[in-house]
Amino acid sequence: MSKCKTSPEVGGMGHSVKRKEDARFIRGQGTYVDDVVRPGMVYMDIVRSPYAHAKIKSINTEKALAHPGVAAVITGETLKEYNLHMMPTLMSDTQMVLPIDKVCYQSQEVAAVIGTDRYSVADGIELVEVEYEPLPVVVDPFKATDSDAPIIRDDKEGQESNHIWHWEEGDKAATEEIFNNSDVVVKERIYIPRIHVASIETCGCVSEFDKATGQLTVWMTTQAPHAIRTVLALVAGHVGLQEDKIRVISPDIGGGFGGKVPVYPGYVIAIAASVVTGLPVKWIEDRRENLQADSFARDYHMDCEIAADKDGTLNGLRIKTLADNGYADAAANPSKYPAGMFSICTGSYDFKNAFVEVDGVYTNKPPGGVAYRCSFRVTEAVHAIERMVDMVADEIMMDAAELRMKNFIPKDAFPYHSPTGWEYDSGDYHAALQLAMDNIGYDELLKEQKEKRERGEFMGIGICSFTEVVGAGPSKDFDILGIKMFDSSEIRIHPTGKAIARFGTKSQGQGHETTYAQIIAEELGIPFTDVSVEEGDTDTAPYGLGTYASRSTPTAGAAAAMACRKIKAKAKKIAAHLLETSEEDLEWEVGKFSVKGVPDKAVTIQDIAFAAYTNHPQGLEAGLEATHYYDPPNLTFPFGSYIAVVDIDSGTGEVKVRRFMAVDDCGNIINPMIVEGQIHGGLTQGLAPALYEEISYDDEGNITGGSFMEYLVPTAVETPHWETDKTITPSPHHPIGAKGVGESPTVGAPPAIVNAVVDALSHLGVKHIDIPITPEKVWRAIHKNEVA
Amino acid sequence: MIPGAFDYHSPKTLDEAINLLNDLGEDAKILAGGHSLLPMMKWRLAEPAHLVDISRLSDLDYIKEENGFLCLGAMVTESGLENSELIAEKYPILKDTSEVIADPLVRNLASIGGNIAHGDPANDHPATMLALNAIVVVCGPNGSKREINIDEFFLGPLWTALGENEILTEIKIPMPKQQSGGCYIKLERKVGDYAIAASAVTLDFENGKCSSSGIALTNVGPTPVRAKDAQDVLIGTDVSNEVIEQASNLAAEASQPVGDHRGSEEYKRGVVKTLTGRAILKAKNRAMGGN
Repeated sequence: MSKCKTSPEVGGMGHSVKRKEDARFIRGQGTYVDDVVRPGMVYMDIVRSPYAHAKIKSINTEKALAHPGVAAVITGETLKEYNLHMMPTLMSDTQMVLPIDKVCYQSQEVAAVIGTDRYSVADGIELVEVEYEPLPVVVDPFKATDSDAPIIRDDKEGQESNHIWHWEEGDKAATEEIFNNSDVVVKERIYIPRIHVASIETCGCVSEFDKATGQLTVWMTTQAPHAIRTVLALVAGHVGLQEDKIRVISPDIGGGFGGKVPVYPGYVIAIAASVVTGLPVKWIEDRRENLQADSFARDYHMDCEIAADKDGTLNGLRIKTLADNGYADAAANPSKYPAGMFSICTGSYDFKNAFVEVDGVYTNKPPGGVAYRCSFRVTEAVHAIERMVDMVADEIMMDAAELRMKNFIPKDAFPYHSPTGWEYDSGDYHAALQLAMDNIGYDELLKEQKEKRERGEFMGIGICSFTEVVGAGPSKDFDILGIKMFDSSEIRIHPTGKAIARFGTKSQGQGHETTYAQIIAEELGIPFTDVSVEEGDTDTAPYGLGTYASRSTPTAGAAAAMACRKIKAKAKKIAAHLLETSEEDLEWEVGKFSVKGVPDKAVTIQDIAFAAYTNHPQGLEAGLEATHYYDPPNLTFPFGSYIAVVDIDSGTGEVKVRRFMAVDDCGNIINPMIVEGQIHGGLTQGLAPALYEEISYDDEGNITGGSFMEYLVPTAVETPHWETDKTITPSPHHPIGAKGVGESPTVGAPPAIVNAVVDALSHLGVKHIDIPITPEKVWRAIHKNEVA
Repeated sequence: MIPGAFDYHSPKTLDEAINLLNDLGEDAKILAGGHSLLPMMKWRLAEPAHLVDISRLSDLDYIKEENGFLCLGAMVTESGLENSELIAEKYPILKDTSEVIADPLVRNLASIGGNIAHGDPANDHPATMLALNAIVVVCGPNGSKREINIDEFFLGPLWTALGENEILTEIKIPMPKQQSGGCYIKLERKVGDYAIAASAVTLDFENGKCSSSGIALTNVGPTPVRAKDAQDVLIGTDVSNEVIEQASNLAAEASQPVGDHRGSEEYKRGVVKTLTGRAILKAKNRAMGGN
C-alpha cells in the first residue's frame, strides 16, 4: 500500500500483517478458561428449572449428597446466609443468583452441585429433587401489561405491573405535524426476534479463593474484566472481598459478541462456592445451558412509520417499540440509555424530524438483552429504517437506490446533527452506495430481474445503506453503573527498544495483539513485532471498560496513540540531549529524530530507548513509558452500503444469496486483512438471523430452539461468497482517524437480505417478511393463493 | 452433555456381540458409529447400562454384489458409501442419500446399519431402502439368521422389527435392471439438519414404459412412508410431466407430516410434492442414461 507511512517490517497502519496471536491459536495452544487447571480443583454443575414460572415448594438434596464424588449442593438458602442470592444487573435492575421461592424462566439456575469431577456433578444434578408448583406465565410481551397478567417481579417493591421503563427521544409534536403534512405515510410492524450470540466457547470460570491471604482469583470468560472486578467488590464487599484482593483474569476467549459482558449467576455461585470451601471451583456451561439461559439479544417489536412526499423526500420517522427484556433488565447498555443507541434509527437520511419511544417489559424468559455484535440496539434501528425506506420506495414506485441517494445526508453536512440528538462525525454515503452499485452491476441486475420475472423466476436485489454509532463513549453521557466509558493504554519501552503495551480492553478474536501493536508502530516506528500486547488481567492492565460495541479502536486504540505521543514528547527531549541540540531543531520521521537539514545526524527510537535507561538527561526522569486514559469527545459513525442478490426456489421457498457486495467505511484502517476478516465474520452473523436463527418459546414459556438442532447457526455451506470493498472517510475527532468496524456487517447485512427477498416477491404484493425468513414463509408468500 | 454411567463391552466377533446382548437384555445397546445413540445419551434421553461396541467387527464392513443383490455390511460408513465407485456407478441413489446425511465428520463414523436400525423416520436411508425394496439381514442367538422385508421393518418412531438380542448385519438391495434409475432429494434447513422432507424414487423402464417404481418419503410420518399410489400411477406410462404431477400429488397425499420447527403440515406436503416431482424426473433421466 503506497499510502503507508511505515515499511512492511515496521508494520504500522495500512499493512495487512499476519496476526501475532494466530501462532498459538492455529496450533491449538491458546489458553481458554477450560484449559485452566488448579491444584485441588473441584467442579460445579447447575440444576435448572423445567418451568418458566413456578413456585419452589422444596429442594431435597439428600440423594445428590449421597452420590459418590458429590461434596455439596448450594441453593438460594445457602447464598441467602451471605446475602448473595440476588445480584444487580448492569442496568441497575436485580436478578436472582439462585431462587428462594420461585423461578421466573425455563433453564433458570435452581441449585448448584459441587463435586470432585465433571461426571459426578453431572450425575448429582439429576439427583437433586425439586418440587415445583407451576404459576401462570407471561410469554407474549404485548400481554405483559394486561391488568390480569401475573406480576413476575413481585420481589421488587413498588413493581405493580410488568412494565419496566419508558424511554423516548425526538420531538413528538413536531414529528406529528410532519406526518399530518406529508403525502404518503407507510407503516409496518417489524419484529426482530430473540437470537443468541452462540460463540464457539460457552461461558465459564475457575474461581480460586485463598483462605490464608483472602485473595480471590477468577479466570472467567469476560469481555470486561475490570468492570467485573469492581462489581464483585461492590456486591461482595460485605463478605470480605475487597477490590485489591480480587484478581480477574480473562484468558483467551473463544468469541464474545456481547454475550460475555453480563455477570451470569453461574459465575457468582462458583465464586461463592470457592470462598466457602477454600477450593478452586470450575464451572463450564454446556451448549444448551449457554443457548437457553445466557443473555439473548434483540427481541424488539417495532411499530414503524415514515412520512414522505410523492417525489420521494423522506420527512418524518416515528417508531414505537416494545422491548421484551425477559425476567430482568439485564441488557448491557450504558446506564443512561435503556434502549441503547436505538435513536440512531434515522440512519443515513436527512429527516426533518423523528420521534422514537421504547417500553421495556418483563416476561417469563431469560433476562437480557445484550448487544450482539452491535453497538447497543443499532441492529434493531438499522433494520427498522432500512426496511421502511424500501417500503416507501415500493409505495411510491421509485427505485430503492434512487430513493436513498435522494435522501442521504450530503457529505458537506457533517458534522451532522440528527433529529434525535446525535452528532454524526463524518460520512460520504453517496460514494459508498455508488461504489457498491458499480461493483455489483446494479443496472444489469435490474435488467436480469425483469427478464427472469417474465419467465416466472424469482430474483431479488436488496440494498442497505446503514449508519452505525460506536465507540462508547464520552464521559459526559456514557457510563456503566457509574463507571465512565473511557479506555486506557499503558506503554513501556524497554532499554533495547522493544515495548510492552497493556490495555483496559479484551480481545475475543478481534486481533488486538496485532492491531494495537500496529498503532504503536505507526506512532513510534517500533516494529509491530517488537511490541507485546497484554490485556485481560486486572492485576496488570490499566483500568478500562472492556471490548464490545466496536469500542476498542475508538477508545483504547486512541489511548495507545495518545500514550505514544506522550512517549514521543519525552523521546524528543532525550534525542535533543543525545544530539546535543535543542528540541526545536529536531524533526520526526518514522522511528527517528534528526536534526533539521542534517538528516545524517539522527537517533532512532531504539537509541533513545537505550539512553532513557543508560544516559538520560539531568533533570528528566529515567525510563520511557506513558499511560493514557482516553475519554472520546464524540462517538464514531462508521457506515456502508450493502447490496444482496437472492434467487428463490419457488417449489421449496429456499432463498439462496447469490451475491453480496459490502462496501464499508470505517475511517482509517489499521490492518486491512483484519478488517476484511471482521467483515466476513460479521456478514455471516448478519446472514444468520436474516435466514436461520431464532430462539422461540411456546405458550408455556418452553424454549423451542434451545440446542443446535433447532438454533440454526449457518455453516460455510450456507454462507455466500462475500465481496467487499471500501471507502475511507476518517473520523475527524479520533487521533488516528479510525472508527471501528467489527459490528457494521452484522448490523448491515440482515436488512439487505430481507430487502432482496421482499423485492423478489414484491410483484406478488409482498411488503414485508419478518426474520428469520424461513423457506416456509417464502413458500407461503408464493403459494398463498393455492393453499387454504 | 455428560452421559450417565455405563459399562462398555468390545466383542471381537459377531457371536460374542450377540451373546452379550442376549445376556444383558434390555439394558444393553449396540454402539456402532454412535452418531444417533451418543447424542441421546449425552442429553440423558437414553441411559443404557451397557454399550456393546460392534465398530471393531471388521467383517461387517463390505460393499459387494452377490447373487443378484448389492450387499452392504452394517458397519459400512456413510463416507464409505459416498466414496465407493460401485455405488457411484450403479446405485447413485445411495450416493445421493449418504451425501446429504449430517456433515463429513459424522459420515466418517456413522454406519448405514445404525442409520436403519435406529428406526428414526428422520434418518435418510430408511426411505431410500424402501424405494429400493431392500432386505434387512438380522442375526440372533445360536447362529440364527433371518431376512426382513424392508416394508416390515419399520414399526414406529425408533421402533423396528429388530429383537433385543438381534443385530442388523447386512442390507441386501436387488441389483438394478437394464434400464433403471434412482434418486434421493432432500430439503434441509441447513447442512447437517434432518430433512424438512425428502423423497426417494426408483424407476425401472421396459420398452419405454415404466415397469416398476419405488417412492418413499423421509420425516413426514411416524415411519418412513411408502407412497404406493404414487408408485402405481407411474407404472405402464412413459412418465410424462403430467404423470409426474399426478404422482407428486399422490405422494403429498400419502405423507403424514406434523407441524414443527421445520414447517407446518401444509408446507411439508408442498415440499413433498415439489421434491417427489423433481426426484421422479431425475430418476427418469438417470434411467435414460443421463445424470
